[in-house]
Amino acid sequence: MSEALFSKKNLKLLSDPLGGSNPITVQVLGVCSALAVTAQLKPAIVMSISVTVVVAAANVIISLLRNTIPNRIRIIVQLVIIAALVILVDQVLKAFVYDVSKQLSVFVGLIITNCILMGRLEAFALGNRPWQSFLDGIGNGAGYGIILIIIGTVRELFGSGSILGFRIIPDSWYIANGGFYANNGMMLLPPMALILVGIIIWIQRSMNKKLIEN
Amino acid sequence: MNRNSNSYTVLYAAIMVILVAAVLASVSIALRPAQKRNFDVEKKQNILASVNIESTPANAEQLYSEKIVNEYVVNLKGEIVEGENAFTTDLKVQRSKKPEERLLPVFECQVEGSLKYIFPLYGTGLWGPIWGFVALNDDMNTIYGANFDHQSETPGLGAEISTQIFEAPFIGKKIFDESGNLVSITVVKVGQEAPEQHKVDGISGGTITSKGLEKMLLDDFTSYLEFLKKKKY
Repeated sequence: MSEALFSKKNLKLLSDPLGGSNPITVQVLGVCSALAVTAQLKPAIVMSISVTVVVAAANVIISLLRNTIPNRIRIIVQLVIIAALVILVDQVLKAFVYDVSKQLSVFVGLIITNCILMGRLEAFALGNRPWQSFLDGIGNGAGYGIILIIIGTVRELFGSGSILGFRIIPDSWYIANGGFYANNGMMLLPPMALILVGIIIWIQRSMNKKLIEN
Repeated sequence: MNRNSNSYTVLYAAIMVILVAAVLASVSIALRPAQKRNFDVEKKQNILASVNIESTPANAEQLYSEKIVNEYVVNLKGEIVEGENAFTTDLKVQRSKKPEERLLPVFECQVEGSLKYIFPLYGTGLWGPIWGFVALNDDMNTIYGANFDHQSETPGLGAEISTQIFEAPFIGKKIFDESGNLVSITVVKVGQEAPEQHKVDGISGGTITSKGLEKMLLDDFTSYLEFLKKKKY
């Protein structure tokens, strides 16, 4: 390999999707699942890890095959690889973290339709070497994950008063126990996640002028 | 090689799917034992939930062996069939047999000093199978608890059958009327009428699932009818 494994250019592949080219807030990919699985933090984390694993692995496989794939069926090849990886993830979750797998239920299957995967395969893996594609996959998975985790934390804290199932807001604060506080039921519903995504995009754009369109 | 020729494309696709199929099949076989253990624990949790005992995956096995005092399989005539395992009886398989050949599992549970009878049920919702466990008091008439689950009902609509809000009203309802006829439980919409002790509220937007559940209750209690009568008198 002519350049170092962690050269500046390669590290940019990892860090860019966390900020300036974030898959959710800038590329606006994978929003559907970001709304669906973030009512609690735990499924959000599992979903992030699953997507990261699948997108990184799919990127590497497609990149390795990029010089053999017949152009006319390249989308189908990509779909078969993604679908196979997703089934593997689903089977592993069912075997080792069954309760999480039950909560994610249909959403694991929905990884297949997550636009981030197809987007990265088409835009990056088909034209780059495996190592770069791997970094790109990890970066985009992490960029997706960071947004999911932010939204999941806010929604679980204000919707259920807990984080990762541990109670954060003291029981004595609740109205039922003579306090002044009530959980926000809206936080548990998908629309609130969309509003949160909007707020994150707003904050990000006001801080990064490059992202503002004319 | 010409990567755009038809033969290359067809060959490529063929080899790819065969490879992928081989990988998926071997992983599925390798992970099956671990998955089956999880399914069994969940089933035990569901059975316990039907007698209103909460459990976690960690303590389900132990609670199950403490509380479930007896399990056996009966036939349509209500006679115990020897040599069958109630827990591993697959209701989906039984459903495809003729009624008189079906094996009907029964679980007995000791709660608060009295015996409860738990009946597994299996039916169809809107998108796929629904199932559940209903526990009867030893009068074989009053429902002690119910637990339902589903494979692919719509979240927020049909999928609500597996929530406490839907399940709790079953408690205390009766499946026989005063003259001893099996009427089961009617799942009603707003405005529909049914005798109070034989009805629960359905789910708005989940009518087909609710009706499927109602049919499941009636069909399966009908299968158990002889057994219920035998135990009652």
